[in-house]
Amino acid sequence: MHASVRPAVSVNITPPATTGAHRETTAPAEMRMSISKVNFWYGPKQTLFDISLGIASGKVTALIGPSGCGKSTLLRTLDRMHETVRNARLEGEILLDGKNILDQDVTLLRRRVGMVFQRPNPFPKSIFENVAYGLRINGSKVPMAEAVEKSLRHAALWDEVKDHLHKSAYELSGGQQQRLCIARALAVEPEVLLLDEPCSALDPISTAKIEELLVQLKDLCTIVTVTHNMQQAARISDFTAFLLTGQLIEFSPTPQLFTKPTDARTEAYITGRFG
Amino acid sequence: MERHFEKDLNELKERLLWMGSLAERAVHQSVHAVLEADEQLARRVLEEEDAINELQLEIDDRVVQLLALHQLMAVDLRLVLAVSRINNDLERIGDQAVNIAQSATRILRHPRVKPYVDLPRMSELAEEMVRNALNAVVRRDVDLAQKVLATDDQVDHYRDQIFRELLTYMMGDSSVVFPAFELILVAKNLERIGDHATNIAEDVIYIVQGQDVRHPSVDRR
Repeated sequence: MHASVRPAVSVNITPPATTGAHRETTAPAEMRMSISKVNFWYGPKQTLFDISLGIASGKVTALIGPSGCGKSTLLRTLDRMHETVRNARLEGEILLDGKNILDQDVTLLRRRVGMVFQRPNPFPKSIFENVAYGLRINGSKVPMAEAVEKSLRHAALWDEVKDHLHKSAYELSGGQQQRLCIARALAVEPEVLLLDEPCSALDPISTAKIEELLVQLKDLCTIVTVTHNMQQAARISDFTAFLLTGQLIEFSPTPQLFTKPTDARTEAYITGRFG
Repeated sequence: MERHFEKDLNELKERLLWMGSLAERAVHQSVHAVLEADEQLARRVLEEEDAINELQLEIDDRVVQLLALHQLMAVDLRLVLAVSRINNDLERIGDQAVNIAQSATRILRHPRVKPYVDLPRMSELAEEMVRNALNAVVRRDVDLAQKVLATDDQVDHYRDQIFRELLTYMMGDSSVVFPAFELILVAKNLERIGDHATNIAEDVIYIVQGQDVRHPSVDRR
């Protein structure tokens, strides 16, 4: 009987290979950093309250929340940048690969944990020297031209600057300068890259370029980004932490936080009902 | 610059087409279970229904995730909204195939009412509509979608013809009422499959041209 059945099925009947949802929907096994019971004060004013969360290896973690919620402060504790502020005090434990960062040499720590700031801050040097700078001060023995090219390629800037590497970095556009800062941070091959509102000074096209770059960079290092732009966190991150008045309200895989938040305050914030 | 959500969009399309191919196969097998009184084929349709239902849930989840995480615009937004609707149509096509398969298992307990002439033609047309609608999605082919829309009247015509003919048989011989009634249900289900293919074709036009052609009589000025 079956022999007479016409082969009517026109579409290939082999199921397509898919990776499932491209972003994590469950907690990953491997943590690059672990923040445990962190409390933080600027003088007498406490700005972080008992924060605990894990930073997943090779993923993008976004910290979101309204102004003054403590997201930038939390980011700055991860490479001990808070120590540059007088009267700042931190309690708790922050582990990088299982070792407390507070017990480590801070210069070495900042080599392993790079930082990119809100406004592009290239050095008053050539494009080449900006990227080579970190390598030189670290006494790197690698061939400089090769290392600079590699970093610029990773930062998706190489094709735009390869013919004028010795021009001043100040001649670049804002978006290019920010990618140069990312290339500079990448040159010393950090394990973790911290970004503090990296796109807030950029136009939409440059922002889109940086966002794509961050998604690609997670193969290279672990990324933590602070953003006041919730949609950006949704677009690029694997995990999102929502902070409010110094407290961690919710920390979930991004698809979950933006579709089924568990806390009413998260829901109110992401639906624009406050903040 | 390729945006990273395009990977998610492509996977969404692939999953939808996989679901479409399963629905298309279900229709084909169920109709042949009727035409060839093949109970095994009918049973296979019932067994395979879960795969279609699982895909419906998965595709819905993917749509929700894409809408929540990416601020889709223009053709991307239209595509995801259309995929959500096509997802429902394909699931319904799967349900109609199950109905036909269930009718098949009941029909084969009775002697054949009459030689099947219009039913194979009608089923070929309905299957062709589903196939063309899916191909139109793949190729973003508005002309093919228009062809699907044009075919719907023929399928409706066959349904009316089969209804009339079987009613005549039923009036003449009450012993055939049960199988003849089941055959009417089969024709009704095939007609509904044609309607779902029509919906899919209308969505193709919406994706490609941004035009909503569902209800031409409604003035939306």
